[in-house]
Amino acid sequence: MTDASLSPASTADAPICRLRMESIHKRFGATQALAGVDLEVSAGEVLALVGENGAGKSTLMKVLSGAYTPDEGRMWLDGQPYHPTDPMAARRAGVAMIYQELSLARHLSVMENIMLGIEPHRGPLMDWRKTRQIAADAMVQIGRPDIPLTIPVGRLSIAEQQLVEIARATALGSKVVVLDEPTSSLTSHDIAGLFRLIRRLRDQGHAIIYISHFLEEVRAISNRFVVLRDGRSVGGGITADAEIDRIISLMVGRKVEDLYPRSHHEPGEVLLTVRNLAGEKKPAKASLELHRGEVLGIAGLVGGGRTELLRAIFGLDAVAAGDVKVGVVTGGTASPAIRWRQGMGMLSEDRKVEGLAVGLSIADNLTLSRLGWLVRPSEIQAIARQWITKLNIRCAGPGQPVVDLSGGNQQKVAIARLLYHGVDILLLDEPTRGIDVGSKAEIYRLIDELAKTGKAVIVVSSYLPELMGICDRIAVMCRGHLHPAKATSTVTEESIMLEATGAAA
Amino acid sequence: MSDTPQGTTPAERRTTPRHFDLRRALTMLGPAIGLVAVCILFSVLRPRTFPTWANAQNIILHSVVVGVAAIGTTPVIISAGIDISIGATIAVVTVSVALFVNADLSPLLAALGGIGVGAACGLFNGTCITWLRLNPFIVTLGTFLAFRGVADELSHQQAVAANSTWLNNLMAPGEAPLLPWGVWILIILVILTALMLRYTRFGRHIFAIGSNEQTARLCGIAVNRTKLAIYVLAGAFSGVAGVLMFSNLTEGDPTTSANTPLTAIAAAVIGGASLTGGQGSIIGTVIGSVLIMTLRSGCTQLNFSQGGQEMLTGIIIILAVLLDRLRNPPEA
Repeated sequence: MTDASLSPASTADAPICRLRMESIHKRFGATQALAGVDLEVSAGEVLALVGENGAGKSTLMKVLSGAYTPDEGRMWLDGQPYHPTDPMAARRAGVAMIYQELSLARHLSVMENIMLGIEPHRGPLMDWRKTRQIAADAMVQIGRPDIPLTIPVGRLSIAEQQLVEIARATALGSKVVVLDEPTSSLTSHDIAGLFRLIRRLRDQGHAIIYISHFLEEVRAISNRFVVLRDGRSVGGGITADAEIDRIISLMVGRKVEDLYPRSHHEPGEVLLTVRNLAGEKKPAKASLELHRGEVLGIAGLVGGGRTELLRAIFGLDAVAAGDVKVGVVTGGTASPAIRWRQGMGMLSEDRKVEGLAVGLSIADNLTLSRLGWLVRPSEIQAIARQWITKLNIRCAGPGQPVVDLSGGNQQKVAIARLLYHGVDILLLDEPTRGIDVGSKAEIYRLIDELAKTGKAVIVVSSYLPELMGICDRIAVMCRGHLHPAKATSTVTEESIMLEATGAAA
Repeated sequence: MSDTPQGTTPAERRTTPRHFDLRRALTMLGPAIGLVAVCILFSVLRPRTFPTWANAQNIILHSVVVGVAAIGTTPVIISAGIDISIGATIAVVTVSVALFVNADLSPLLAALGGIGVGAACGLFNGTCITWLRLNPFIVTLGTFLAFRGVADELSHQQAVAANSTWLNNLMAPGEAPLLPWGVWILIILVILTALMLRYTRFGRHIFAIGSNEQTARLCGIAVNRTKLAIYVLAGAFSGVAGVLMFSNLTEGDPTTSANTPLTAIAAAVIGGASLTGGQGSIIGTVIGSVLIMTLRSGCTQLNFSQGGQEMLTGIIIILAVLLDRLRNPPEA
């Protein structure tokens, strides 16, 4: 399949073209965010939109949903010119966006959320009967009539909330449904459910645009894919025919020789011993030993207690039982302040909510854990400047607020904090979540280098190829229990998944 | 990874637009520009009475109590908290100082005692907010009433006349070089607090907690202890403001300073502090205080009624919050 094959005409039964975007351009100040994107999606197909962070996916979707007006280019919906002036106009025209962050009113009921903004009414009065009926139909359409219509949405699980959002889209009679990183907070069980629903919507004749960083998901769910790079559509094709390596090289614009550089690590003495650690809810029971100069991976399902394990070790969450020994010092009560002093640092899985004070500058964030009684702004700026260079952080300068940086560069700031503090033990929770492939490769290289220079690293990740690529040993967490670590060479992705789902007893 | 710090190319550094610098400059200069504009306006409207040294002194003198309270409340706002009990604290302090003076304590001890009472009020607020994990607004709404009640009880609901000491002259002109003692106290506190916020770990931790409390915790900052210190400090500043207020009134008044909390918060917000935390400056807050007092003074000279002035102050507070919103738009 060649890069030019963007047209769906190549599929067997020549379906109708639902949405067509042609030569879309958008400029913000000096930044050319979109420099000519072409895209077509047909009824009854799932189109995957892939690209690194900053490639222009979000901008493109904001143009599609009416949040931005393109500088150039044209769009058609079902053959009619389509130029939404605002997001509500786009919704009415039949384009529904399901964002990463759900946009539901937590205190309102399921049916109120589904009908939000399109409430049936008789004069000033709500027509509750019709509301209930349309909402119920929508839930049937997405295959989950079992979710009660009257309970507050906040009481549903994240996965169910997402379904409500999709039901809202179908209640509006959407023709095009855009899902932006829909699986980032789902368990693999929920992902399977979501995929069943996506196929169902597809078979009902919806056109689906699926945005994801996870190329395995792209392979599993999409019919075709389009790759964006630097604001241009640089390629695409039938997903089934495409090698993942080829998609990646289209995304980064160069051949990916080896994403996971792993040199020989020489494990030294034990730096961290965790014995029968239990938190108030999770983990239930976890023991591990971490050596100097090694990378230990912790695999498992989201919600299995991996994050909680790191938090308990680091003293962020209360410990109910068990102990943590750092070097030769046995625990006692732990707090993050004590752990930092003992030479341990933690990278949070959620940069915006916990990892970084995004309103503050790079320098402030980087030095936060290691400030002296007196702070000289020029000194912390100089320190930040050094790390900006060392980690190749792309920014305007050390005084720039972190919120202005891309995800990958934000993550580098968060990691630089650990390095500047000079910790020996690094607890990294999802260190490459939501960042582009180029930054991922840099972070993998950095982790490898840290291990080589005698640091001890724990990496928690939901992305198995990454764990297989960078870790010396991998331990699997299943329902709060941590299984013994095994050398990476002795495990496979399949064996890890079996352990993680509790199938391997 | 290279070890040379000079490796970044200038081109890379210039990749992000500069407009945020302009925004920051406006946040810094905005209050000062506003103050100058207001001064020019009143000078044109009342060219004989407004642009005089006597009037300027008068405005500054009237800004002192609110100014001290406002710089005490600025760290609270930067840490994403709020303290609306400072007016009641000031009232308790004026009454306490009067009682201390009448109990034949030396004026210095009476003043320190007053500041201590203010700090104790702050300690109470801070303890409820940190240990009991209560919302600062609700806690200080409670103590807004409760501290006023304490002042009423101590004073039997009437002004407490105090023996005449030098404490009564802190706000009087001619006692200190150039400006009254109270103004010098304000200036010294401004400098100390501004330096503290910028150049100490405590100050940087206040910004970090306000910007993202979870990050602060992750980085090993003793969040509760820091917050407690912030509220105690705010209480102590209210104590100083109370002593100065006592000096103004020369008596302890349980009903004084009812509007001070809102004026102080408005001053901080006009001066660039964000009610969502993480931003603010002491210099800005002081300019904000003087701006509000200049408006009041100008309105008096224009013969606005008391009611008219209160309406104007209310509108300024709303405008200040609007300003906060415009500077920090909610994420799209």
